[in-house]
Amino acid sequence: MGVRSLVLTGYGINCEMETAYASELAGAEATIAHINDVIDGKYDLEDYHILNFPGGFSYGDDLGSGKAFANKLLYARTPSGPMIEQILRFIEDGKLIIGICNGFQILVKMGLLPGFDGNYKEQTCTVFYNDKGFRDAWVYLKLNPASKCVFTRGIERMYLPIRHGEGKFIPGDKSVLDRLWRNGHVVMQYADEGYRPTMEFPMNPNGSVDAIAGICDETGRVFGLMPHPEAFNHITNHPHYARLCQEHRRKGEPLPEEGDGIRIWRNAVEYAREKLV
Amino acid sequence: MPFRIEVALKPGYRDAAGESVKASIKSHLGLSADSVQTIKVYTVNAELTDDEKKAVASGPFSDSIVQEYSLDRPLAKGFDWMVEVGFRPGVTDNEGKTGKEAIEDRLGRKLKPDESVHTSMQYLIKGKLSRPQIERISKELLGNELIERFSIIEGSGWDGRIEPYVPLVRDAHKPQVREINLDVSDRELVEISRKGTLALSLEEMRRIRDYFKEARVLEERRKVGLGDKPTDVELESLAQTWSEHCKHKIFNAHIDYYEDGRKESIDSLFKTYIQGSTQEIAKKVDWLVSVFKDNAGIIRFTEDYNVAFKVETHNSPSALDPYGGAITGIVGVDRDPAGTGMGSKIIAHTNVLCFASPYYKGRLPPRIFHPRRIMEGVVRGIKDGGNKNGIPTINGAILFDDRYGGKPLVYCGSIGLMPAMINGRPSHEKKADDGDLIVMVGGRIGKDGIHGATFSSEELHEGSPATAVQIGDPITQKKMLDMLLEARDMGLYKCITDNGAGGLSSSVGEMAESAGGCELHLEKAPLKYHGLDPWEILLSEAQERMTLAVPPDKLDDFMSLCRRRGVEATVLGKFTNSGRFHVLYDGRTVAYLDMDFLHHGLPRMSLTAKWSAPKHDEPKLPEEGLTGYLMSLLSDLNIASKEWVIRQYDHEVQGGSVVKPLVGKDNDGPSDAGVIRPILDRMEGLAVANGINPFYGDIDTYHMTANSIDEAIRNLIAVGASLDRIALLDNFCWCDPVYDPEKTPDGHYKLAQLVRANKALYDYTIAYGTPCISGKDSMKNDYKLKGEDGKEYKISIPPTILFSAIGVIPDVRKCVTMDAKAPGDIVFVVGKTKDELGGSRFYALLGAIGNSVPKVDAITNKKTYQALSKAIDAGLVASCHDCSDGGLAVALAETAFAGGLGMDIDLLRVPAERLNKDAQVLFSESAGRFVVTVAPENEKAFRQAMDGVECESIGTVRPDDRFLVRGLKGSRVIDTIIGALKESWQYPLRW
Repeated sequence: MGVRSLVLTGYGINCEMETAYASELAGAEATIAHINDVIDGKYDLEDYHILNFPGGFSYGDDLGSGKAFANKLLYARTPSGPMIEQILRFIEDGKLIIGICNGFQILVKMGLLPGFDGNYKEQTCTVFYNDKGFRDAWVYLKLNPASKCVFTRGIERMYLPIRHGEGKFIPGDKSVLDRLWRNGHVVMQYADEGYRPTMEFPMNPNGSVDAIAGICDETGRVFGLMPHPEAFNHITNHPHYARLCQEHRRKGEPLPEEGDGIRIWRNAVEYAREKLV
Repeated sequence: MPFRIEVALKPGYRDAAGESVKASIKSHLGLSADSVQTIKVYTVNAELTDDEKKAVASGPFSDSIVQEYSLDRPLAKGFDWMVEVGFRPGVTDNEGKTGKEAIEDRLGRKLKPDESVHTSMQYLIKGKLSRPQIERISKELLGNELIERFSIIEGSGWDGRIEPYVPLVRDAHKPQVREINLDVSDRELVEISRKGTLALSLEEMRRIRDYFKEARVLEERRKVGLGDKPTDVELESLAQTWSEHCKHKIFNAHIDYYEDGRKESIDSLFKTYIQGSTQEIAKKVDWLVSVFKDNAGIIRFTEDYNVAFKVETHNSPSALDPYGGAITGIVGVDRDPAGTGMGSKIIAHTNVLCFASPYYKGRLPPRIFHPRRIMEGVVRGIKDGGNKNGIPTINGAILFDDRYGGKPLVYCGSIGLMPAMINGRPSHEKKADDGDLIVMVGGRIGKDGIHGATFSSEELHEGSPATAVQIGDPITQKKMLDMLLEARDMGLYKCITDNGAGGLSSSVGEMAESAGGCELHLEKAPLKYHGLDPWEILLSEAQERMTLAVPPDKLDDFMSLCRRRGVEATVLGKFTNSGRFHVLYDGRTVAYLDMDFLHHGLPRMSLTAKWSAPKHDEPKLPEEGLTGYLMSLLSDLNIASKEWVIRQYDHEVQGGSVVKPLVGKDNDGPSDAGVIRPILDRMEGLAVANGINPFYGDIDTYHMTANSIDEAIRNLIAVGASLDRIALLDNFCWCDPVYDPEKTPDGHYKLAQLVRANKALYDYTIAYGTPCISGKDSMKNDYKLKGEDGKEYKISIPPTILFSAIGVIPDVRKCVTMDAKAPGDIVFVVGKTKDELGGSRFYALLGAIGNSVPKVDAITNKKTYQALSKAIDAGLVASCHDCSDGGLAVALAETAFAGGLGMDIDLLRVPAERLNKDAQVLFSESAGRFVVTVAPENEKAFRQAMDGVECESIGTVRPDDRFLVRGLKGSRVIDTIIGALKESWQYPLRW
């Protein structure tokens, strides 16, 4: 049996295609499912190992990004009980959840992240309006070596695109922030070209507290981030592709084709293969 | 009882929205506020228990971490002025709609149909400002009176209360159908057309009057219970179907064209030149799938996939409400490829915008917004329209000229991807048949957008109707388009088209043509509110709607899919083969028109065009200070960096981004074209670029058009496309070219400009083998106003033609970008530089137009492009940049600073013709040229590949940041560093 990855869509989620593609490149079998079909019971979370909340603009960011979609998931009822119970069981079963951009906003606003003490129902942090509005740009990311995150094992740094207007990560208070650091919840930070975490715009594109770009839960299996790893699925996505091509050709070195973002799902698939399949 | 939920930031959190308003009060209006705080207000018009109210307010409506909320208790305190801005009744409130859904999700029960949620924004302003100043801030910055209402409260003396206000349309009006007596004098006919915003000419009104006198017509009408006079439903249907917007009357007119005393008779510009050239090219290429037939043109992409491309304009609405106009333009144009053939998935946007200078300091005529406000609003509309629908905006352009002050131009382009075959049938074919059901899906119908088609066929004036303004709703549309792709693949419908201009009248009317008739029941149409007359239901252009032909045996499956996707769908009638456009309301016939008369009854116009070439003064060319001139050119708004705009658009969603709008070492150089890889597991790509230069039109629109075509194509060649498969879209935005001794005394000249543009379109598309596959014209871009002297004046745009080009790239891994790559690389210039500075940015800088407009030598250029494409394909080119606005100097500077490397350039080596002044070589805008850099080890091979083509090495890429140019006399004429060049280029629009 292979690793199965479920990619949610509907109501303005719009990165489902490339998120499914990234899963597949990493060796999983990906299914795109409309959230209403999941709520109606057409798809059963039990059948999957990785659950993806892709990027997009669910409900057009009305009421605040991710709020309306989180609200829908928190109170929806499936034929076999509340939707949220199924999601909690998914986590209990040792499976993996990733939320990207709008998906990250949804996970945080549902309370699934950071999920202190296994309490996945209480919101303790938020993702709010950028200090300077929507921005599409690539950012340098420094990974936290102390992080427990399963998706980022062995990764020290990344260069990925961000595209959001509400990505400013804000912990509820100082104690929440301390705990995020203390227990390895912080997965990645916005950084300068030398991969030093920074609060400076535009390298830190939104003003996130402590330059935090992504966090995970205590198990390291629920992960959310503002950058879009699925949008770096092939080397041609890299903003310097044409430059890299020249560099490598002149050195007579081949340029690897796979995009760096796929490593996130490779880690997930490897973990699932080991522990879940 | 309606109640208010107010949501404010907790103390200590940064109010970015408030800060931005405070900054704009200063930068836009020159006023000064000490602080601005924002509070979001939701007015909930629904019966909720106290517990429910709390659950809703603390749940989806506020964020417990950073926000506090209140129920029916104002949070405002300590302000000098409070301004609350909310929508007027009937204006689309997207967030309010989501709010209602969120309440239903939270409470697990449906609200009643007449229960609703309305949003408004409260601004608490501190500072020494007077009431008139606050009113100015409200109208010119915070809201738009046309669609929004303000309540202004002064802090001192406020009683601390705010009553909830529910902006509902409370129309007690009982729907009715009027009959119109057309058996009247000519003067009265004209008056009926004018008063009703019908935009019909006297001749057209007479034609309609005569139709309603035919004995056969009257007899048939009596049989279905109609009187002898046309109903308002019929007259409105005819007016909209016959509008300039829908029927392109000027492009189909008979024209007598005079030049140098010679007369030429042209039987339809469209048929002769546009369709004519595409038909010629179609004989030689095998990749045209569907052209000039459907909502968008279709070409073959890969063996299994086709692409549909369309560019629309949304000018008049964007002048009245920049945000609403632009977002409606974007979501509107997406429905074109989405409703082409059996439907496509939207994969890319491209936008071209023309504004007056955002730094305009002069007076503004009534009801005209400041250009900066228009620009910011339009950009925000495009941002939301694209980003929220998950469509990358991969390329675009922004032009500035104060003649766009009366009407901005907002060109919105959309590209769709469709499998070539769907369920075993070619996807570009569709047909509604007798017995198929008329099903409308998506948004509801309101009074928004009534008379959009006829209104855009008139000049804009102070009394232009507010109903023409709409606000697009990206999420309703996204849900609908996602659902339609599923329905398409499940084979649940047979025909589809969008409800754009003219609403149901147009969409059902068009589809009924293939079936042979229709029977439409208007009372079944879902409405946003009561009180719409039948003609309004038929004509409303309310957004996010498509019309489908669903076979009866698929209806249940289709309706079930719609329900599961949260998309509203309604059966409105059926298609027939009666030959009649039959419309009923509550079982009573309200319109009964011959399909043939409706679509083909329109009389043709006969027009006259007279060309005489204008003569402009020639400027004196400077011999010195060229470094300064280059800096000034880089700071020209038409050349300067548009990064502030570009970064607000998502250009990478869907995961296939290859060449981005900004490229180079620091990701900030100006890319020539956008390239995407829409099918992620394949390497074929699409390159998209635009060509536009209205300034050349001041000299001759023939050469303006030739240059625009050449520029669009050249941009594609620069990134790695080839002439093998490039398709174009033509998009004409003109000022009224119909001669009228009082209104348009220069109509003969303006029409001659149009004729000449078409002639060039024909000549150059054929020469390059690049067919136009779809197009659009918008012919009334004038703003009419009364001067203080009581006379009428017009602000007219310059004739503007946009060519949008799409090219198929076999392997995106071979694409190149415009930034210099490595020190020591050799700089080549490809193509010949001539004394062609007429209409150039350099002449504009000198305050002149001149006469020597660039002339495009298509035969030579074609050879150049083919050679260069091969060289790029062979991997010989390190960078390639189109040479256009600002000439060689600007292209070299951009190549250098984007690569973060300096250059040594020698002008003597530039292939040129009769040029003895440095300024000519540096700033001439001759077409067909590129700046290319090549690695030394590839020099020989590159020269071989370019054999027989004008191409010479003119210098090298330096390892440091110095930018040096040696002039024709051997002395250094430009000496600077790339940082200074880049700063000149970036600062003007760094907002």
